[in-house]
Amino acid sequence: MTSRLPSQAKGGFNFDNHVRNAAMEGKGAALPKATKTGTTIVGLIYKDGVVLGADTRATAGPIVADKNCEKIHYLAPNMYCCGAGTAADTEMTTSLISSQLELHRLATGRQARIVTAMTLLKQMLFKYQGHIGAALILGGVDISGPQLYTIYPHGSTDKLPYVTMGSGSLNAMSVFESRWTPNMDRESAIELVKDAIEAGIFNDLGSGSNVDVVVLTKDKVDVLRNYARPNERGVKEASYVFRRGTTQVLKTSIRDMVDIKETVESIATSTAMEVDAV
Amino acid sequence: MMSTVPSELPVTAPIEHRFDPYVDNGGTLLSIAGKDFCVVAADTRLSEGYSIHTRYVPKSVKLSDKTVISMGGCYADCLTLTKRIQQNMEASLVAPMWYRHAHGKTMSTAAIAQMLSIMLYQKRFFPFYSWCILGGLDEEGRGAVYTYDPVGSYEREACRCAGSASSLIQPFLDNQINFKNQASERRELSLDQVLRITKDSFTSATERDIYTGDYLEIFVITSNGVELQKMGLKKD
Repeated sequence: MTSRLPSQAKGGFNFDNHVRNAAMEGKGAALPKATKTGTTIVGLIYKDGVVLGADTRATAGPIVADKNCEKIHYLAPNMYCCGAGTAADTEMTTSLISSQLELHRLATGRQARIVTAMTLLKQMLFKYQGHIGAALILGGVDISGPQLYTIYPHGSTDKLPYVTMGSGSLNAMSVFESRWTPNMDRESAIELVKDAIEAGIFNDLGSGSNVDVVVLTKDKVDVLRNYARPNERGVKEASYVFRRGTTQVLKTSIRDMVDIKETVESIATSTAMEVDAV
Repeated sequence: MMSTVPSELPVTAPIEHRFDPYVDNGGTLLSIAGKDFCVVAADTRLSEGYSIHTRYVPKSVKLSDKTVISMGGCYADCLTLTKRIQQNMEASLVAPMWYRHAHGKTMSTAAIAQMLSIMLYQKRFFPFYSWCILGGLDEEGRGAVYTYDPVGSYEREACRCAGSASSLIQPFLDNQINFKNQASERRELSLDQVLRITKDSFTSATERDIYTGDYLEIFVITSNGVELQKMGLKKD
């Protein structure tokens, strides 16, 4: 006889609670909000490779949730990916694709290509019709040279020499549009990325704190965590150490939770041990 | 015979005309009353959504040698309300005559406090979107803080924080100014201590509230008059 129970899900997301949550929302219950990385992320192609950049602020509405988070995710030894949007989605999407790329590398015995990662990401995001809120900048160097892509939450992609994304994308792009040139050297490329991210940090309220940079070349990757720290916290003016006894003691009660009893018993020397002797 | 009038007329929904004239421009303000002084402080960032409109625009205005008003919320409403307060201190709507000209003196802090409540309640059904804190010295020379909701409910308190980071700072003030949850004796805080707590409140709020930052303006009101101090805050 066929079971009336719903068949066990084989993988992917579980939508069991969707109808219940929609009903609760209809009755006015506020559902929990996901942490968004109201973000500035950028990438550009220069003479020898790709430079990726990101700010480090994570927000939950108007509150800063994390002052120094990491938004440049590892995908493969020759690939990194900046993420903007829902923090959990960017994190899980990149780590899922990262493990798929590693299996792909093992199966083919070749270094994974950037297009492969781009295709895996866009196919996954398209499948979920934009419900996975991940806006990505994918950068890396493979057999066909430096590559840079943007991937939108609905699965569309762009292949461009310089890109920005997130809430601070307009601020960062204004810096790129005024100063980006083809075949830049490494030093000025990093400086341009830093300035683009700082434009987001200072002019977009969703972005803030520090600048992270990753430089990818043919045979070397430099992860420059907190490349610039333009927002150090000031020193506090007063001391807030509380005197001992500040917290009022309302009542004291000491109990012996375990009753330990020690008894010493002398053990008589066994004669059985001496059977073989003599 | 069949009626020529259709039995079921299409139901037409009433045409609604909605407009939303309020915006939240963020920002934080606080005021602390001392024995013979009052501190009124506010950041100067003016923002909307994820954008900063201006990094420096004062939220506080000196009304007299004894009174300073600070406002947050919708900046357009704050500007208009401040202007009306200043007008009424010369020409009162409450008593239809010019206050200074009618009474030959500047309004006291308590008089301005009560007038502001009336002015806010006069717009009960189309309120000013403004969180007001009035700081100054009372008739005896003691520090006074009056706080308001947008429709005119008001109260005199020892200290108050309002605006976007109020939920971050107010519990800190309850603990440090009113000694809440502290078994120790209440102490009278000096102006120097109050200023330190004020500055720390804002540098800390700037760390966690995206709408607070750029610059801090501190008005210190004593019997010598009103002194303005400025300091920088983080700009990210």
